[in-house]
Amino acid sequence: MTLVIVTVMPKKGVLDPQGQAVQGALSHMGFADIGDVRVGKRIELEINGHDPAAQADKMCQDLLANQLIEDYSVEVQG
Amino acid sequence: MSATRVAVLRFPGTLDHESAAKAVQAVGGDPVFTHHMDTELPDGATAVVIPGGFSYGDHLRPGALASRTPILGAVKRHAADGGRVLGICNGFQILCESGLLPGVLRPNASLQFICRQADLEVADPGTPWTGGRLAGEVMSVPFKHHDGAWFGDPGESRVVLRYKGENPNGSIDKIAGITNLAGNVMGLMPHPEEACDPLLGSVDGRALFAALLA
Repeated sequence: MTLVIVTVMPKKGVLDPQGQAVQGALSHMGFADIGDVRVGKRIELEINGHDPAAQADKMCQDLLANQLIEDYSVEVQG
Repeated sequence: MSATRVAVLRFPGTLDHESAAKAVQAVGGDPVFTHHMDTELPDGATAVVIPGGFSYGDHLRPGALASRTPILGAVKRHAADGGRVLGICNGFQILCESGLLPGVLRPNASLQFICRQADLEVADPGTPWTGGRLAGEVMSVPFKHHDGAWFGDPGESRVVLRYKGENPNGSIDKIAGITNLAGNVMGLMPHPEEACDPLLGSVDGRALFAALLA
């Protein structure tokens, strides 16, 4: 069993209203140094068998990320 | 002659199938509820409606999980043969996620759920979906959604309907509804099934259901 971490983020240049809302809240709370905020998701996959990184990559392409608006990265935790 | 059979798809979390079925009946069709794990459309069904709701709780992305179910394989074969498909709200999201329509529906720019009547302008009068209305004619149809901002390249589709006046959700070019280039697959965020009875203030939505039977 291999643990694979997939991170899915809104593409740079695509409006991220959720990130903007969080940025606005942090700013109102007094965090004066806050810059751009982007909100994505982390997906933890337990994968059996051969080449978990390649399997996770295929899962991202087929379902986990919509590459029109999202970028993803795959990290094998061993 | 018996009425035209129209498959009305149901996924876990579909909400608007009853209204969609009534709308199909209102234009003289015979709605048949169709389970998401079925691998074929019902016998004799010549058109498909994918109603609104929150299939699979909108998990991952709206429409993402529903678009990978077995019934979508049947819908893809039906569409490839030129069969008509109407996706409403979550149904539109499912069509985009399945690749039957281009683009994707993103959260409203305001991040708020919006529910109100809208004026929709006919942008492309050359599709079957707007009942022969001319470009610029208005259809009154309500919408209710959180993820209704269409994002994509309008050139990959035919833009059928636009929101008139202010852009309610941040959709590219104020797009409310599109078809594929062939014109047989239609998706829109507003709810034409809720504009099929005079008691609801508008019957403009009937044109979209009538197109399923043509």
